[in-house]
Formats: sequence, structure tokens, C-alpha cells
Amino acid sequence: MAGKTAQSRLSRNRTRSAWLFLAPMLVTLFVVAAWPLGRTVWFSFTDASLDLISQARWVGIRNYLEWVDWGDGTGQYYGLLADPRWWRSVWNTVRFAVVSVSFETLFGLVIALVLNQSFRGRGLVRAAVLIPWAIPTIVSAKMWAWMMHDQFGILNDMFMRLGLISEPVAWTASPDTAMIAILIVDIWKTTPFMALLILAGLQMVPQDIYEAAKLDGVPPTRVFRKITLPLIMPAVLVAVVFRALDALRVFDIVYVLTPNTDATRTMSVYARENLFDFDQFAYGSAASTLLFLVIALITISFILATRMDLEGNTT
Amino acid sequence: MKLKTILGTLASASLLATGAIAADLTIVHGSIGRDQEVLRSQLDKFEAATDHTVTIVSMPESTTDQFGQYKLWLSAESDDIDVYRMDVIWAPQLAAHFVDLTPHVADIVGDFVPAAIESQTVDGKLVALPMFLGAPALYYRSDLLEKYGEEVPTTWQGLTETAQKIMDGERAAGNDDMWGFVWQGAAYEGLTCDAQEWVHSSGGGRIVELDGSIQINNPEAAAALDLAASWVGTITPEGVLNYKEEDARGVFQSGNAVFMRNWNYAFALAAGDDSPVKGKFGVSILPAGEGGQSTATLGGWHLGVTKYSNNQEAAIELVRFLNNYENQKERAIITSRPPTVSAVYLDPDVAAEQEFIPLWKPVVDNALPRPSAATLRKYNEVSSAFWTAVHNTLSGNGTGTENLAKLETELTRLRGPRW
Repeated sequence: MAGKTAQSRLSRNRTRSAWLFLAPMLVTLFVVAAWPLGRTVWFSFTDASLDLISQARWVGIRNYLEWVDWGDGTGQYYGLLADPRWWRSVWNTVRFAVVSVSFETLFGLVIALVLNQSFRGRGLVRAAVLIPWAIPTIVSAKMWAWMMHDQFGILNDMFMRLGLISEPVAWTASPDTAMIAILIVDIWKTTPFMALLILAGLQMVPQDIYEAAKLDGVPPTRVFRKITLPLIMPAVLVAVVFRALDALRVFDIVYVLTPNTDATRTMSVYARENLFDFDQFAYGSAASTLLFLVIALITISFILATRMDLEGNTT
Repeated sequence: MKLKTILGTLASASLLATGAIAADLTIVHGSIGRDQEVLRSQLDKFEAATDHTVTIVSMPESTTDQFGQYKLWLSAESDDIDVYRMDVIWAPQLAAHFVDLTPHVADIVGDFVPAAIESQTVDGKLVALPMFLGAPALYYRSDLLEKYGEEVPTTWQGLTETAQKIMDGERAAGNDDMWGFVWQGAAYEGLTCDAQEWVHSSGGGRIVELDGSIQINNPEAAAALDLAASWVGTITPEGVLNYKEEDARGVFQSGNAVFMRNWNYAFALAAGDDSPVKGKFGVSILPAGEGGQSTATLGGWHLGVTKYSNNQEAAIELVRFLNNYENQKERAIITSRPPTVSAVYLDPDVAAEQEFIPLWKPVVDNALPRPSAATLRKYNEVSSAFWTAVHNTLSGNGTGTENLAKLETELTRLRGPRW
């Protein structure tokens, strides 16, 4: 009896210390994440403008959807949900996220498999692979903008010499290639990140399984499909979620390479445009709120669909 | 910000003791061409003449990008920046954040070009003191026109034909990089300027009329946009859809374009000693549509002092200094930007060094403003809707007629009951 009380007191103490240690993080999270998010949601239901932010008044869901009657029996829907430009940016963002994350996962996996083998100078190669990831996005985007320049760009020059194209391509200018240009830069930049996370997963795979497979004479493709892939899957899925979150709020690459065009405007670019360039702070807040909801929805569905193990319960 | 405030306080406290107040000022501008070097040298003179120090914060080339950042600073009532160099179109949108300069420049305001002062006056408040003006020109390769026996075109149709002819000839002669006409086609404020010129000079009216009515959806405007769209991929590289001022100048100045539409600053650079086209080009007014009149968009950059500055007096002193006769004259000579003090146009030194300037006085006087006064706080959205319609037409995404019909709906929607 006495022992039990002592134990529960101990466990109560432990719980209390745990909260104590968690408190700074919770406070920080509240200040830098929950509070701004809450403010943004609140602004999206007001008529706030950047200059008169303190005088914001509640206007209901007008920024999201509103039926304006012209007074002659006809009318028109206003608001974000009725704005074709918004839906275009949602579509751009989703398309960007799906394509970029797929390629990055694929390339990352291949690179990780190579880097997982032992060969001379592996450390050097592993470090070198990270360089694109280490360059600030603004710098790499600007660098690629020059490389893709239709007149002075090195990319066109190389492709012309190789005979791949007959005349210079205006990579970032033409609506047909603008999205491709952005995807190229993003895949180049972020593949190392995927490779690194997948490599970490690969190194967790116990070597004795491979030895056993080798003794049994299992062919390498089968080893990959039946052993490697299932074992690194949790790591890959976590990496994919991370990247997908990042890709869905992509801003900097688009902003530097092709700002303001319908072909590549993403949700974040749309929100910023309304928040700061236009005098539409509330409308931009509504866009930010929807951006948050869209990302949350996609992430939750992805986690549910892949039955990802976030609790770490599997043995 | 805090550090600067503390340092500023310390500095002024220590100087108060000696009787002179030295301020630590910050000026922000979006440098293009040789703006930065001229500004720095003039600031050095200012620092020598007063005890103040001035730091330059440099912004990206795109007006649209600059505006976003300035809006953030101003809304946050930041005292980091004292003097802003503002685009001619911003005054109505940003007036609330700036000091009324009227009483501070009452003695010199009469020397300035009246239209420039008027463009910066919002409800009787002088938001910024005009620094230099802009009215774009048609840059042409005089050597090539002579070689092919062509005149400087006065209509857009004529330009199309001449450009095509010379480009084809030069390409046949082995110069594969030659293009006919370069301009600013990226989706940003610059495209609004270019397209407003095509439309207005073809009889298509303004983006938004002076009284606020929307009449942009007309056949003349649509035809002007369709003609411009026909240039892309023929006489103009497709990359123009992402060109800003400096991209266009890069192509022209390296000798790879027959014609260029650009602002006045490009003249001094293209005529510079290291320019491959030095002595081989000339400037003329922009062409017009059939039966229309040449139109140049009014540009220009002006200096305003923010209300949130802790050193307003010193900042006003700086604005007056940068816009005095000598400095305007120096800028006119080095950067070939049209000055805002009327007398500089008549200065014999300026005329000798920079023939462009006196020649351009009538063009500046008749330049067409963008509809920022009519559309007030919604100007940026109006401009964005306009350049989107134009950009879509240029990239083959719908005809001029289709995109202008959409634009009309969009503008009507934006306007609501009133601007």
C-alpha cells in the first residue's frame, strides 16, 4: 500500500516535471504559431486593411463567399470561393506538389541507395550531394533564372549545341514551360533532402537480413522489393509528408522565377499578393486560412491513406 | 531598429552638447542603371555639407516588388527608413504615411514642372517632391536602318514591317541572335505601361477613363493587343514575356535588337564607352496606331519623407538637397533621366552632354499618366488585372477581344459601386 502511494507520487512528480519541461516549447508554439494563425483566421472574417488594421470590423463570411444582387434580379457571387484566380492557384499548387514530390522521392531513393554502398570517397560525395540543399532558395532561384534566360542562358546554349532544341526556349516566360522550369529548380534543390532522409532510413536496416538473403540466393531486385523497401517505407513516408507540406506552401521559387503569372501562381503567392500588393488584407487572410485548411486536409488524408505510424507503436 | 534608435539617441545626445544635431538617415530606392552610384556620390556631398550621415537601402528592380516591401514597412510604422523614393503612381495609395511637404518646399515648388507636382499632390497634400521623370522612347539602330534604307517607323504597323525586314536580312547574313523589337513583357507594372501605350496610341482610350468609367473593351484596344501578340515569337523573342527593363536593355545594348521600347535611363548606358551599340543608335518618340497619336506613359520617381521618421527635419533637408538644381543637372547628364526642375531642360551643359533631355521636354509634358488617380487604393489591382489580360493575350491564351471582355467584367467587379 505504502509502496503504491510512493510510486504514484513519483509518477505524479514525473508528469509534473514533464509539463515543466514542455512548458517553454508550448508557450513558444502558442506565441509563434497558434496566436498568428488565430489572428489570421479572425482577420479573414473582417474588413481589415493593412493601414487600418486596428479598425477591423466583423463582416462574417463575406471574404469567402457573398452573393451581390445587382438589384435587377441578376447578381454575382463574390469572394474567394467564387474567384477563378484562387482556384487556379490551388490547382497550380497541388500540381506542383504532386509532381515535385514524386520526382524528388524517386531521385532521392536512387541517390540514397547509391550513397549507401561503400566506395572510395563516399564521405566527400555525401557532402557534395547536399550542396543544392545548402544554397538559399532565393540564390539558387536567381541562379537558375540566369541559366534559363532565353538570350544569355547557358541551358539553351548547351541544348542547342547538343542539338536537342532547334531554337532558344524561353523557359520562364512561356506559359507552357514556366511550371516545368519551376519544377526543375525545385527538384534539383530538394532531392538531396529526400536522399538524406531516406539514407538515414537505409542505415537503420540490419545488415544480417541482407546476409541471410544472400545465403539463400535471393535475387537483388527481390531483396529490394521484399526487404529494403518495406523496411525503409516509414522513413520515406515521413520524408514525403515533410516535403509535401513544404511544396504546398511553396513561395520563394515561384516569386523569384515567374511572379504574377496565371500559369504558376501558387496559393502562397496569391495570398501575399492580396495581403500586401493589393489593399485586400482581409481577403488575403481568408486565402491564408484556406491555404492552411487545404494543407491540413491533404496531410491528414495522406497520413490516413498510408496508415502512417506517427505514434511509433510498431515493433 | 532598436539599435539604430539607441545609437541615434546617443549620437544626438552627444552632439546636443556641442550645439549641432547630426542625424543618421536612411534612404531607400530601387536602383536601375547608374542610379546607385550617382545617389551615393550626391549623398557624400550632403554628408560633407551637413553633419548628417545617410545610408542607402537598395531594392529590387521591379516596382511591384518594391511596393510590397514599402507597404509592409509603412503599415508597421517603421522608423527604419526616413526617405522613400516612390513611383509616380503610388502617391494616392500611400499618402497617409507621408509628411505633407507643401510648407517645407513653398519657396522652391514654383521651379518644378507643374504636372509633376500635381501628380504627387493628393487632396492638397504634397506627398513627395519630384526627383526625376520618365517618358519612354523608341530606341532604334540607326546603322541598321541606314543599311536597309528604312526610316524610323511612326506607326506600330510600320515598326512591325521594318523590324521583320531588318531582322530577316541580318539573320540571313549570319547573325542568328538578331531580333526586331524588345520591350517589357513580364507580368508586372512595366507591362501595364507598355500596353497602355499600344492601346492609347491606337485610339483605344485609357485603362480606366478619367471619370472612372470602364471603356477598355473596344475594338481598337483589342486590335492593338493582337498586333503586339503577333510580335511575340516573330520579331520579339518569346522570352519577352518575362523581360523587365534591364532584360530588354541587355538584348539591345549587346547589339541583338533593331528596336527597343525603354525608359530614358537606357540612353546614357547604351551610349556609354563600353557599349557595343555606342554611336549606332538613336531615339525617337514611340510609334502610334493608324490615325492615332504617339503615347508615352508618364513615369518618374519622387522623394517622400515618412511620418514615422525620427529625423523629419534632416530628411526634408536631404530631399531638398537631392532635388536642387546642381544635383538634378548632374543626374540628367549621368543617367539621362528627365529632370523635374524646368530650368535644367534649358541648361546649355545638359544640352551639350545629353541631347536627349531638351529634346524630351515636350514628350514628358504630354506623357499619359496611369489611372492611379481615378482608381485610388484599388490601382494595384486594376493594374494587375490589366497586365494579366495583356499577358494572357501575348502568350496566346485567348485573343485581345476575349481577354478585354474578361478584363471589363473584372474591372467592373473591382470597382463595385465606386472606385
